[in-house]
Amino acid sequence: MTVKRRSFIKTSAAGAATLAAGPYFWPGGASAADTIKGGAIYDLSGDLQLFGKNQWACAEMAIDEINAAGGVLGKKLEVKTYDSQSQMQAYNQYARQMVLRDRVAVVQGGLTSSSREVIRPILHKLKTLYFYNTNYEGGVCDRNFFATGATPGGYVDLLSGEAMKRWGKKVYIMAADYNYGQITAKWIQKAVKDAGGEVVGEEFFPLTVNQFGPTISKIQAAKPDFVMNVFVGPAHASFYGQWASAGMNKKIPMVSTTFGAAGEVVRMPPEIADGILTCYSYYEDLEIPFNKKWLAEFRKRNGTDYGYLTDVPPKDWYGWIFWAKAVNQAGTTKREKVIEVLEGGLTVDGPGGPLTMDAKTHHCTMDMYIGQAKGGKFEIQKKVAQVPPTNTDNRCDLIAKPDTNVMFEPKI
Amino acid sequence: MDLAVVVVIQILYAVASLALISIGLAIIFGMMGVINFAHGEFLMMGGYAFIISYNEGVNFWIAMLVVAPVTVAVIGVVVERLIIRHLYGRVIETVLATWGLSLFLIGLAATVLGYHQKGVNPPFGTIRIGAYQEGGYTFFVILVTLALMAALYAGFKYTRWGLIARGTMQNAPMASGIGVNVDRVYATTFGIGAALSGLAGAILAPIAGVLPEIGVTYVVKAFITVIGGGAVALAGTGAASFLFGAVSQAVTFLSRPVVGEVALLVVAIVLLRLLPLGITGRYFRRGL
Repeated sequence: MTVKRRSFIKTSAAGAATLAAGPYFWPGGASAADTIKGGAIYDLSGDLQLFGKNQWACAEMAIDEINAAGGVLGKKLEVKTYDSQSQMQAYNQYARQMVLRDRVAVVQGGLTSSSREVIRPILHKLKTLYFYNTNYEGGVCDRNFFATGATPGGYVDLLSGEAMKRWGKKVYIMAADYNYGQITAKWIQKAVKDAGGEVVGEEFFPLTVNQFGPTISKIQAAKPDFVMNVFVGPAHASFYGQWASAGMNKKIPMVSTTFGAAGEVVRMPPEIADGILTCYSYYEDLEIPFNKKWLAEFRKRNGTDYGYLTDVPPKDWYGWIFWAKAVNQAGTTKREKVIEVLEGGLTVDGPGGPLTMDAKTHHCTMDMYIGQAKGGKFEIQKKVAQVPPTNTDNRCDLIAKPDTNVMFEPKI
Repeated sequence: MDLAVVVVIQILYAVASLALISIGLAIIFGMMGVINFAHGEFLMMGGYAFIISYNEGVNFWIAMLVVAPVTVAVIGVVVERLIIRHLYGRVIETVLATWGLSLFLIGLAATVLGYHQKGVNPPFGTIRIGAYQEGGYTFFVILVTLALMAALYAGFKYTRWGLIARGTMQNAPMASGIGVNVDRVYATTFGIGAALSGLAGAILAPIAGVLPEIGVTYVVKAFITVIGGGAVALAGTGAASFLFGAVSQAVTFLSRPVVGEVALLVVAIVLLRLLPLGITGRYFRRGL
């Protein structure tokens, strides 16, 4: 295309006219006044879309509920959604974009610990609230950061304790060979030893390992009372078929901190999956009136081909409701005021029961459940009410030391 | 004693599964010289073809041994006709095209087939070995891989079609000169490679599960094996599978899985330093 002087003038004039016509043609200008903006970033495509799509489905449901109930501060909540494509550099770029260009009042989202650690420092520096709604290895202590997910300090004790009560004290640990797996394995070691048990074997697997023959033989030799795993990703999911093929699923009970988080219970035949013991703060099969209504709405919006929801996706629902409630109570979206309200022991009731924000750690106290895989779903066998976030052994105190910005690892 | 037997079985299984995931690539890359980055996705589609047809009521063995390879063979021939045939001899372009194809197939599987297709329970019971027990399926994988290698060897060595295929791969203009339809031979050979990949994906599906991204787990190891094997596709892949599989599995037994993975890569690097043309650059040169 060549630019001629006349056409250039014409176009410029038209452009100027549009600008002059003002907010009517310029949505950015109009919406700034009568909506409140939030930013969401989820892995909507790429390797992690299996999680990201359900996370966003829950977040979107929360946002619609907030708006149906009158919005935030009487204005419509307008959430700008970004697809990270499961790539870390996109998290970096979009986090800055959300704050600097979209001027959002809050950012929610992310799944992996790596994605969190990409955007958390950015949002901390740019002074924009960040809600991370995934169960993770725990320990982040940052005043700008709020977590609604469960952390191992709470659920590992419950899960290993329950398994030891049922089957015995000899435990074999299998875990993913990176941050999340290593730290969670440390928690398991600690929980088992504190309860008078014995770890008879421990192995770590790179995320690409999908052959478990030698380990299965080693487990047969070690004869543990049960195996506790912290598996991550599609390669590790191969384990269960090999375990069943060797007939081990009928001999040694399997306990997992991750099984069921990616719809495994739907994907794997009951012959393979039945009997695996888990501990989450949410299962579809919870007999709570709130959950029945909530799940019916979720299915109405998303059909039934989404797998099976456990801990992770519903927490994004909680995250948005938490923030909206805090803003409405504070009467402003100003960060300091909203943090004060959140630190005032704010509680949100939801499909998995009430969540209360813990002022010192910015993590949540929540109900936890023990569920055992059975016939393509989970049988809820136990409820432990209001488990506090003990993941940092009281080392994190954001009320006494609001400037803390570290990630605590378990001292074991 | 029983532990020794178990270790030997596990090593044989590691060798067999490495050969199984590499065999389709040995034909497509080893024989035809096409760098197929979508190899892992051929395996993935074989897995999906198997579990979906099985769950739709097709007999287990027909779904695994017929439906899966035939489906992927058809996809392979279509891919060859649409994309690959324009790129023979153009290595860089092939890499880009098949990499794009790989991303496309993963996206397609994620969108159309989704993440929640029900898997298949591995058949056969277990076999007791002293204090240990081993899945019958382990033995099945070892035997079926052996049978597959033997059948391929016989097919390429003793049939007229095998002779024509080998001749065409060695010297396409000459084959064309004596009246061979080179185009068709290329398409067929690519289809056979794809079929073998699909079959491998189906055989591994019960003990590996099927997800759209599962191919990524296989593709690197398959390439290392075929490159380590060298120019003589079948014998090379067999020999390299034996070396890499045995070393990585034995090391895994002796230490930890991560060291086993490292050992495989170290052996591959040392091997290619000493034998830049792969194992068959020096040994079994007259093999197949």
